[in-house]
Amino acid sequence: MGDLLIFVNFYLLPGLVLGSIYALGAIGVSLVFGILRFAHFAHGDMMTLGAYLALTVVAVTGANPMLALPLAMIGTAIIALGIDRWFYKPFHDKSTIVLVIASFGIALMLRSLIRVIWGVEIESYSVGISRPLVFFDSLRIAERHIWIIGSTVVLMLIVHWLLTRTRTGKAMRAVSDSPELARLTGIPTERVIKATWMLGAALAAAAGVFVGWDTQLQTTMGWNLLLPIFASAILGGIGRPYGAMAGGMVIGLAEELSTYPWIGTEPLLSPGYKTGIAFAIMVVMLIWRPAGLLRGRVY
Amino acid sequence: MDQFIGILNYLIFLITMAGIYGVMALGLNLQWGLTGLFNIGVAGFFAIGAYVSAIMTTAETGKHLGGYGMPFALGLVAAMIASGIIAWGIGRICIRLRSDYLAIATIGIAEILRLILKNEGWATNGARGISNIPRPFETLPGSLAPLSYMILVLALVAVLYWFLERGQKAPWGRVMRAIRDNEPAARAAGKNVERFRIEAFIIGSALMGLGGALTAHFIKFVGPEATDPLMTTFLLWVMLIVGGSGNNVGALVGAGVIWTAWSATELITARFTGDWAVRVPFLRLFLIGLILQIVLQKFSRGIVPEKLPEGRSEVD
Repeated sequence: MGDLLIFVNFYLLPGLVLGSIYALGAIGVSLVFGILRFAHFAHGDMMTLGAYLALTVVAVTGANPMLALPLAMIGTAIIALGIDRWFYKPFHDKSTIVLVIASFGIALMLRSLIRVIWGVEIESYSVGISRPLVFFDSLRIAERHIWIIGSTVVLMLIVHWLLTRTRTGKAMRAVSDSPELARLTGIPTERVIKATWMLGAALAAAAGVFVGWDTQLQTTMGWNLLLPIFASAILGGIGRPYGAMAGGMVIGLAEELSTYPWIGTEPLLSPGYKTGIAFAIMVVMLIWRPAGLLRGRVY
Repeated sequence: MDQFIGILNYLIFLITMAGIYGVMALGLNLQWGLTGLFNIGVAGFFAIGAYVSAIMTTAETGKHLGGYGMPFALGLVAAMIASGIIAWGIGRICIRLRSDYLAIATIGIAEILRLILKNEGWATNGARGISNIPRPFETLPGSLAPLSYMILVLALVAVLYWFLERGQKAPWGRVMRAIRDNEPAARAAGKNVERFRIEAFIIGSALMGLGGALTAHFIKFVGPEATDPLMTTFLLWVMLIVGGSGNNVGALVGAGVIWTAWSATELITARFTGDWAVRVPFLRLFLIGLILQIVLQKFSRGIVPEKLPEGRSEVD
């Protein structure tokens, strides 16, 4: 196999898959931070929740995870609305930092509940190894990777359509850009908040399903993704959904490509440390340009 | 008689751990309660302290970095210095931004630390962790050994409490409170807000490192689970919020109450067997989370509310 094909099969494609996952998670974090003004620490565990909801659908129906995806997204969105109603809404008129504590508590509560319901064993959607599809004799792409990257593109187009063509979507962008101005023009804040949670949670669930599909399901999977997702949102600029998409892609690719032997034959960075890339990028951004690449807000 | 000794040892264990959480709760109270700094990476500082002190004080094993055989007190000091230095680095970057960013960065520290512990087996013995960490007084007979350690921990809590109370009443503490409640006013009064915040962050994180070191010496073992946010970060936050953030008595009361509740419910969940034995403990965690939410919503000032100076009403 040529060097280029090794690069594409083992570094570029996994990077794109990881980037898709980060991007989907980061859109929600960025929107919630921009519209509700707080860092939502339960976002990772919402991803876990989506992944496990899909696991139940797959286990009951024996369907492909792709078919379980919409149900998991809807289920997670409904639960997110419930969480907002009971645990976040009481603080809407208070200091937003209390919301960060509340969301941290929700993260732990969600994870505990997932462990009580589904147990702590490592799960997966399918048994056995699926053969990758082979193109041009040597370009090997796992079927699930095509589905993951393809669905992410479709979901991003839907997000773009929602934000630019629908009334609520435009209102969301307006609130994110300038909450005072949005309120003065009579934008219904409650509806915008609900829409934000539904959109953010549905995308988080999709990201969770893709992580579970690509690797395995673990109760800590979402929490462990929280750091790269926040890093993606900050890289793109808080409150900038398109920035979050780009930020997620950049960080996903950077993590995978950092282990490629760019110089000599050794990996540039030991694979055990590749998740540290997200943190490094975030620290650089916080020092150099906290507003992110797309000039989001700094709080 | 045996039963009595069993209960006695259990009580000693309970009080010692509550005391160690008390040390860390004082640290978190300094950061969040007094200065408004949001640290969600307590587990990271805890693990730094635990590992640093373990490496400093253990005998040569060849399985991990160590063999320095330093005395216990030096281990504790090194643990505090190491945690403080890391806190200084994080503080330099994030302290001027809003608390949310600091919270995200502290999670990052915990995560990086988890990677290091996992990957650098030569220094940390990887997943097997460091064992045989010496505990002071462990050569004393029977229950006297843990009892002496308990007294040592409680004495430390008392000394720290005294120091922090003095600091709070001193101009230093009043500036902290001013920064938390009205930053522009503190700035206008010519106070170097960043410097005060970094000081509070460093001291608080050093106390979390001290808590980690005390735990490592008490259990005589430290492994990568030390970075697990469930047991340290989460419990500590619940302790501070339930006890009443903003005052040291509240922090200590919270540590005692929540640790007792946590340990007592463990006695119940330990009775389950089979598959449920693995799952039920998490129900306990869920309930603790629910308590946090209820206290946040309904009794946001905690068991022992912060005493505000006269003529001032509560601010959100």
